[in-house]
Amino acid sequence: MEPLIESLNYILQNIINALQRGSFYAVISIGYSMVYGVLMLFNFAHGDIFMVGTYIGFGIATVLLATFSGLVPPPVIFLATVVITMFLASWIGVFVEVAGYRPLRQAPRASAAITGLMIGIIFETTILIMLGAKRLSFPPLMDTVNYHIGGIYITNVKAMIIIISLLLMLALHAFIQKTKWGMAMRAMSYDFLAVPLMGVSINIIAPLTFAVGAGLASVAGILYGQAYPILDPYMGVLLGWKAFVAAILGGRGSIKGAALAGYLLGFIEIFVATVFPSTLRDFIAYSIILVILTFRPRGFFGMEHSTKLRL
Amino acid sequence: MRKIAVLTMLAFCTAMMFSSLAFSARKTIIKIGINAPLTGDIPKVGEGSKYAAQMWLEDIEKAGGLEVGGKKYEVELVIEDNESKAESAVKANTKMITQDDVLAIVGPQSSKQAVPAGEVANKYKTVMISPWSTNPSTTLDRPYVFRGCFLDPFQGPVVANFITEEFGFTKAAVLYDVASDYPKGLAEVFKQAWEDKHGPGSVVAYESFTTKDTDFSSQLTKIVKSGAEVLFTPQYYNEVPLIVSQAKNLGWTGPIVGSDSWGSAETVELCGEDCYGLFFSSHYAAAGAKGATKAFIDRYEKTYGYIPDDVAALTWDALRLAQQAIQDAGKLTGKIEKDREAVRDALAQIKDFDGITGKMTFTEEGDPIKCAVIVRINHQGEYEFYGSSCP
Repeated sequence: MEPLIESLNYILQNIINALQRGSFYAVISIGYSMVYGVLMLFNFAHGDIFMVGTYIGFGIATVLLATFSGLVPPPVIFLATVVITMFLASWIGVFVEVAGYRPLRQAPRASAAITGLMIGIIFETTILIMLGAKRLSFPPLMDTVNYHIGGIYITNVKAMIIIISLLLMLALHAFIQKTKWGMAMRAMSYDFLAVPLMGVSINIIAPLTFAVGAGLASVAGILYGQAYPILDPYMGVLLGWKAFVAAILGGRGSIKGAALAGYLLGFIEIFVATVFPSTLRDFIAYSIILVILTFRPRGFFGMEHSTKLRL
Repeated sequence: MRKIAVLTMLAFCTAMMFSSLAFSARKTIIKIGINAPLTGDIPKVGEGSKYAAQMWLEDIEKAGGLEVGGKKYEVELVIEDNESKAESAVKANTKMITQDDVLAIVGPQSSKQAVPAGEVANKYKTVMISPWSTNPSTTLDRPYVFRGCFLDPFQGPVVANFITEEFGFTKAAVLYDVASDYPKGLAEVFKQAWEDKHGPGSVVAYESFTTKDTDFSSQLTKIVKSGAEVLFTPQYYNEVPLIVSQAKNLGWTGPIVGSDSWGSAETVELCGEDCYGLFFSSHYAAAGAKGATKAFIDRYEKTYGYIPDDVAALTWDALRLAQQAIQDAGKLTGKIEKDREAVRDALAQIKDFDGITGKMTFTEEGDPIKCAVIVRINHQGEYEFYGSSCP
């Protein structure tokens, strides 16, 4: 019995690890998918929008902690940080759309696609110039409590990351399904030529989409700062790529697909390292994804019409 | 055609070299190159190198220049950023040697850059002293490349012995970055040393990740499950805090031991209380230093506001080694190639150099024979001397 329970615990522990990792991939990859749905191109600056969002969160958290620490309970500070950061970061999203993508809307697809890369590099170097290359440490917004439940270790931070990510995605789902704006976004992703003729302006829907994506990414950034509290200007690059992989795997333009593929990516990464030597982790993990894409080139939930368009 | 093009290029380069050479000879300037990671993954290391170099230059300027063979030379530092990347370090060395005509180079610091950059320096027959690179390949079969610190094959057994004697453990785990020369080399050496001591299979978990990873949960879960008593992780200051806190959150209770890459002033700043009480092997310990070492620490702290880490101290020693070699060379001819050779020969001859990180004598490979220090991070977050191990 003993070894059985032990290996069961081991698997459960890794499921929790994978849920935490997957939450970040899921929330960030949604940003790629939403923009793809509306503009039919991938916003390659998204990883760096996440990075800027994390830095904004860092700034807000530092200021709020310095002013209100001890006066207000920590959950209030946390909530205030999330709300203010989301608000500010969504303007970053709007900026990227208006300054980067709008002038190139009629340009060839490839030009519009590399715009994102340029903006990403500009963001990285701006942060580098403003704050220097020094690593910053994200202040903890709550005291870490480590629970030991029958051989499994879970901290309150981990539980919070998993729960808040799920809540965020549910809220987004409700926004897209239930509100007028959400309906306009869905309509735009269905037919981006006819919808503007019906009086729904792309110049409103596109920045809105960028804003929502950036807002989500910035909350992911705050959570990321709690789990991995060391910030550097290039932190968004690798995470952005991996979330992009998840967005493709989930099916271009499918938000549900991006979220599920994000979690799947987390599970593959964690469990590959559990079974095989960790040196082979990324090699095996991304080979698996390559195989999946070979058999399902559209991803899990990709719509037929979206694959016909290039990029 | 290609041959002609190459020849023309060569002729052009030589012409360039001589023209600038004539220029520098007239002005009697000695140029020393600094190849440091001012941006990138470990900017704190670059900052320490730069500050130490500036302090050294200050001393030279105060003395009215560097006296070589009865003649005073003005000294100029050429500081190049290698962005903590191998290819940029190679580019920086090539530029400093071929365009700036430096007499000697100090840096790069980490082995990831020092190994490929050493190749360039050796090819162009220019002395390079890497203050901090502990990987054997840096100086191996390269007569022009030296270093200011001990090597991984020395540091690995030092740590293995220390853990065995201090705690009496027999089962160890290792977590390292497989994509970086320094951690990978040191992890291998440590594993070898540990298994020589405790038998094959006594390293019960040998886990890796790649640079820029921030989530080590699956590796650490494996390590916790393996029944290891101690975790050895030869990582840099940007990864140590993440590894330490994630290990604790996953139920790791044993000690975590590191290597000289932990020595940066920023490790404790980023890690906080999680790192108090941990050990690592290093080149010097700031808390409790005496003599010239203390004078250096005090002066650095007064100027820049924090206690210098081992990189700064080693850079200081490397520059003073370069200085002594230039002075020992006797006379500078003004022909840069000849002078570089003379400096190399003088540097290889140096015996019992009294550095702030210990006494040094170079072996034939250009590696100093010197002692290692075991440092404990005390509960004020200072790096405290705990013990030392000499070859």
